[in-house]
Amino acid sequence: MKIIKTPVIRLEKISFAYPGSTVKILDGLDLDLYARDRIGMMAPNGSGKTTLFHTIMGLCRPDSGRVEIFGRPVSTEAEFQKVRSKIGLMFQDADDQLFCPTVLDDVAFGPLNLGLTPEQARQRARDILATLGIADLEPAITHRLSGGQKRLVALASVLAMEPRVLLLDEPTAGLDDKAKERLIEILNTLDVALLVIAHDFNFLISITDRIFSMENGRILLDDEVSIHRHEHMHKLGNRPHKHV
Amino acid sequence: MIDEQLALGDSFIHRIDPCVRVVAALVVSFSLALSNDFYVLGSYFILALILVGLASLPPGMVVKRLKPMLIFVLMIWVILPFTFKGDAYAHLGPLTVTRPGLELCLRISIKSVSILLVFIALLATMTVAALGQVLHRLKVPDKLVFLLLMTYRYIAVIHGEYTRLVRAARFRGFVPGTNLHSYKTYAYIAGMLFVRASLRAQRVHKAMLCRGFNGRFYTLESPVENRFNPYFMAVIAVLTLVLIFMEIIGK
Repeated sequence: MKIIKTPVIRLEKISFAYPGSTVKILDGLDLDLYARDRIGMMAPNGSGKTTLFHTIMGLCRPDSGRVEIFGRPVSTEAEFQKVRSKIGLMFQDADDQLFCPTVLDDVAFGPLNLGLTPEQARQRARDILATLGIADLEPAITHRLSGGQKRLVALASVLAMEPRVLLLDEPTAGLDDKAKERLIEILNTLDVALLVIAHDFNFLISITDRIFSMENGRILLDDEVSIHRHEHMHKLGNRPHKHV
Repeated sequence: MIDEQLALGDSFIHRIDPCVRVVAALVVSFSLALSNDFYVLGSYFILALILVGLASLPPGMVVKRLKPMLIFVLMIWVILPFTFKGDAYAHLGPLTVTRPGLELCLRISIKSVSILLVFIALLATMTVAALGQVLHRLKVPDKLVFLLLMTYRYIAVIHGEYTRLVRAARFRGFVPGTNLHSYKTYAYIAGMLFVRASLRAQRVHKAMLCRGFNGRFYTLESPVENRFNPYFMAVIAVLTLVLIFMEIIGK
């Protein structure tokens, strides 16, 4: 028997141009994301990565093309609303995402919208915060958190929806190495499909299996690993040393 | 930016349910604002002081918060006694101080200071987040409640953006002065703030949509259990009723 796998997210020939602009930021873009995929995206600024994410979430409507999520075509706001809760999008700026006064309120916002009772929502929020190791932040006021804390709370608020797919838009921007490591640790324990935009190669290879790029509004699927040489510099580089 | 220092305490007042405190503050301040008898007003003032005492707030911080109001009251004292019509009380050179003018000034002073003290004692002792929840429980329209909460949440972010813009201008040699260039620069900064705030509002709305927002707001309701809640409300209610009664008899 042949098992036919349907992608959780399929984009077909998506084109999009921002109103008033003649440049097509997405131009005939195709993408299939399967349930176990962990894909990283590295591409220059302005190449349409964020627009791609917003198209998947239905926040940007493509001028042409087809969006299929969990095997069903989606095009209207009502259709997107149904699937949105199963796809977690983490925004570039955590301040955009954390709009409730306290951390608990914010993490419980999604579950409450899903129709959970306040007690259930509170319990779920507490569980997620505990899983991420930030249970002590529960009563904290969101705007007083540090950058790294905000990022983790934003992740918690997305995970509280129990998504099947995670879209992360530059999750490491503004994080120090310690916070990055913590994020890598957490992301590697999650059992979800992952699509991550980042400029940090080392971060991407530690959480994803493949790395795509974007050019001219399309995804370059050329993800073959090729051996190459390059020069680099660092302190004590003139002594014998190893790279791991 | 908003530090909510007074909300950190753990006094008798802090432990009363915020909902009870908001209702109590509303009742007292309304009846106070509508009273005119000096004995009654004096009693309210003492009640306000007792409430501040129960909240065990540092006097320095209370005075600091009263300051803007006191400046306003001072301006009234400079103008009203000389301009209000009525019997003369004293003459200061060419100016006449009238008795009704003085009485009005005194009333305004006692009322405004007392109301502010009541609010400092009962409302400033809770976080804005708690206040938002209370207003929701008291069936204040959701839109107003979330306007308050969003303003509270983003005022620090917008302030941060403002300081970044000003810093960027300063790093490029901008020195504010009384000239067209300075005004223009500040106008650009203000304009930029509006643009950024509006863009941020769009992003926040998108983030809300991503988490299943459908136009309705839900909140985690968390009333504070305290056996003193009903007693506190009862005492405030009885005292206010007595004072209203005194006010009516006084006429």
